Amino acid sequence: MTEYFLEPASLAKRHRAERRYRLYGQLAIGLALLFLVLIFTSLIARGYGALQQTEMRLDIIFDKDVIGDGGIQADYQKLARNALSEIFPGVKNRKDKRKLYQLLSDGAGYQLGNSVQNDPSIIGARQSIWVLAADDVDMYLKGNVTEGLDESERRLNDRQIAWINALQEMGRLELRFNSRFFTLGDSREPELAGILGAMTGTLFTLLVCFALSFPLGVLAAIYLEEFAPKNWFADLIEININNLAAVPSIVFGLLGLAIFLSLLNMPRSAPLVGGLVLALMTLPTIIIAARAALKSVPPSIRQAALGLGASPMQSVFHHVLPSAMPGILTGAIIGMAQALGETAPLLMIGMVAFIVDIPQSIVDPATALPVQIFIWADSPERAFVEKTAAGILVLLAFLVAMNLSAIILRRRFERRW
Amino acid sequence: MLKKAFVSLAIAGAVFAQTGMAQARDQIRIVGSSTVFPFATAVAEKFGKTTAFKTPVVESTGSGGGLKLFCAGIGDEHPDITNASRRIKISEIEKCSANGISDITEVKVGYDGIVIANSKKSDRMALSLKDVFLALAKNVPVGEGKLVANPYKTWKDINASLPATKIEVLGPPPTSGTRDAFVELAMEGGCKAFPWIKALKKTDKKAYKALCHTLREDGNYVEAGENDNLIVQKLDANPKAFGIFGFSFLDQNADTLQGSLINAMDPSFENIADGKYPVSRALFFYVKKAHVGIVPGINEFLAEFTSEKAYGEEGYLTDKGLIPMPEVERKQFRADVGSMTSLKM
Repeated sequence: MTEYFLEPASLAKRHRAERRYRLYGQLAIGLALLFLVLIFTSLIARGYGALQQTEMRLDIIFDKDVIGDGGIQADYQKLARNALSEIFPGVKNRKDKRKLYQLLSDGAGYQLGNSVQNDPSIIGARQSIWVLAADDVDMYLKGNVTEGLDESERRLNDRQIAWINALQEMGRLELRFNSRFFTLGDSREPELAGILGAMTGTLFTLLVCFALSFPLGVLAAIYLEEFAPKNWFADLIEININNLAAVPSIVFGLLGLAIFLSLLNMPRSAPLVGGLVLALMTLPTIIIAARAALKSVPPSIRQAALGLGASPMQSVFHHVLPSAMPGILTGAIIGMAQALGETAPLLMIGMVAFIVDIPQSIVDPATALPVQIFIWADSPERAFVEKTAAGILVLLAFLVAMNLSAIILRRRFERRW
Repeated sequence: MLKKAFVSLAIAGAVFAQTGMAQARDQIRIVGSSTVFPFATAVAEKFGKTTAFKTPVVESTGSGGGLKLFCAGIGDEHPDITNASRRIKISEIEKCSANGISDITEVKVGYDGIVIANSKKSDRMALSLKDVFLALAKNVPVGEGKLVANPYKTWKDINASLPATKIEVLGPPPTSGTRDAFVELAMEGGCKAFPWIKALKKTDKKAYKALCHTLREDGNYVEAGENDNLIVQKLDANPKAFGIFGFSFLDQNADTLQGSLINAMDPSFENIADGKYPVSRALFFYVKKAHVGIVPGINEFLAEFTSEKAYGEEGYLTDKGLIPMPEVERKQFRADVGSMTSLKM
């Protein structure tokens, strides 16, 4: 019968349409991959520089006349300055000296201060130490300074460049691995800025967020899916939860400001409040995902449990919930990944701030990774460009790790019927 | 197993709630202007690293937002210091005193120039304030007392000595303090160059303000967001465009950008410091006297900020792009901070 209707021309046409459709699909995927590759190459090209930092080897004399007993207030920067002057004894007048000292980072002084605090016995000794060079020197070594410009248009003048070249020839200036980026908090000096503060802040915030939104979300989903009577009120709740999932995140920030900060007097800029606000935001996502996962468990499981004498609660907690867990976890982790990237609600509760100290608990002031990226992107110093890109890479690594754990969890617990 | 997990989560929640109880604050909190932010953070960091006090937390909320938080009351949950890229308004002082904050110490930090810059790939422009006003105002005067919607499309239309390129200026949005200052100093400055408009100020202040303070919205002035770095990058990509931003961004990007001359003045460090460059403004911060002695370290922080090695002629803040005040003023504000002189207006 069918052959009767199939004219060869129409068949060829349909095959062509089929091939075209596949081609469109492949093109779409190819294009998406191309953009992804573009983003990653540009980020990595910009960001890998942050893994290296220019350091300067100086013969430091821990002079007792300069630093006294090694108190926290002492002028450690002067130790580095003296050592640098020693290398260039020809630099005498005040203005030139100032230019010379600009090659040093403020971090040099902090670094020397720390070594004295850790081991006061080095006072009076002479040591060869790698200290940080200024961000302008770093940018010059990394080739981010345009050559052939008039002196007035450069951050470094001709003499400074001559000094840098001389130091390089002496083997006293080189790019070294920048572990500070992973061990320090934020700083106004690009060479001292690290991501650890923001990472800890994000971790605390997400922990609070997960600890609240996961149990609440799962319990709400179980009740709504398994126990709640089906009536207009349940429908109303369902509609509202779906709507909540689509509310712009800044609204939750305003809510957090009004309730947690103004009414409950919780501390500003704390990961605790950040976590609470983000929990409100992720709750609907988790509820929706958990309900879908519970729904996908075949009714035969429930009926079998009930038939064997289990109470409704036992049937849910012993049989349905474990089967639905992979789906619930995936939903929860997707919700958390969404929370990971949020800055808007954090703005309202004071987490968009310059914070140097690394938070020790969930009530210490902290920022989060996306906020840190934003602050760096907004800083005038050019050396922050590579920090920004490196910060984005760290954020992406966080995201990939979370998604990967979602996949692993699902693989491990998945059960098929 | 699941039950256990839930119980432990509940316990964790309870512990969180316990530690969440407010405790006395041992850390200075600063809010306010995004223009002062790079300077306040530099001082905060130095202060944290060279003293036994914790590093102050600095939030960038904008001048108006900062003063709103600052004036909300006295106590741990309110900030101690707010930065502003303009002076505090009478209305804000009234709001402060309504909330019990009667003693505020005002500290001027230094100056900031606002530049109109373009890419080095194009020629440098020499503008007068009048040119700036005519290029960017929504309505411009023709003849005596008559206004028309801004008809100028190229710079040459305004002033025959300027090039015939399209007027394309990227600048900050209305929420920005930089925009407020630009409108007040540059736009109003150019506006006043017309004698009849200057006379209008006395007779009809509202009309005067509407005329002088409104930027055009027909596409020649583009609001480019609060991020000055974004404007810098866009200028590099589009050599015909101009950008409006703070001096520190020009200072950091002097190899790719050039500041236009305004009234024949180059936006250089020296010209802004001498007050010769017409578009410059003072930066401030305000301290809540009631918090001094309660929150530890405020006095020491103020001493650090007003020290010669910070806001002085060759201090570290000038490396960040701050334009220092003359010595007399620096001394005066250092003395004010020492005695915590209250603001009187």
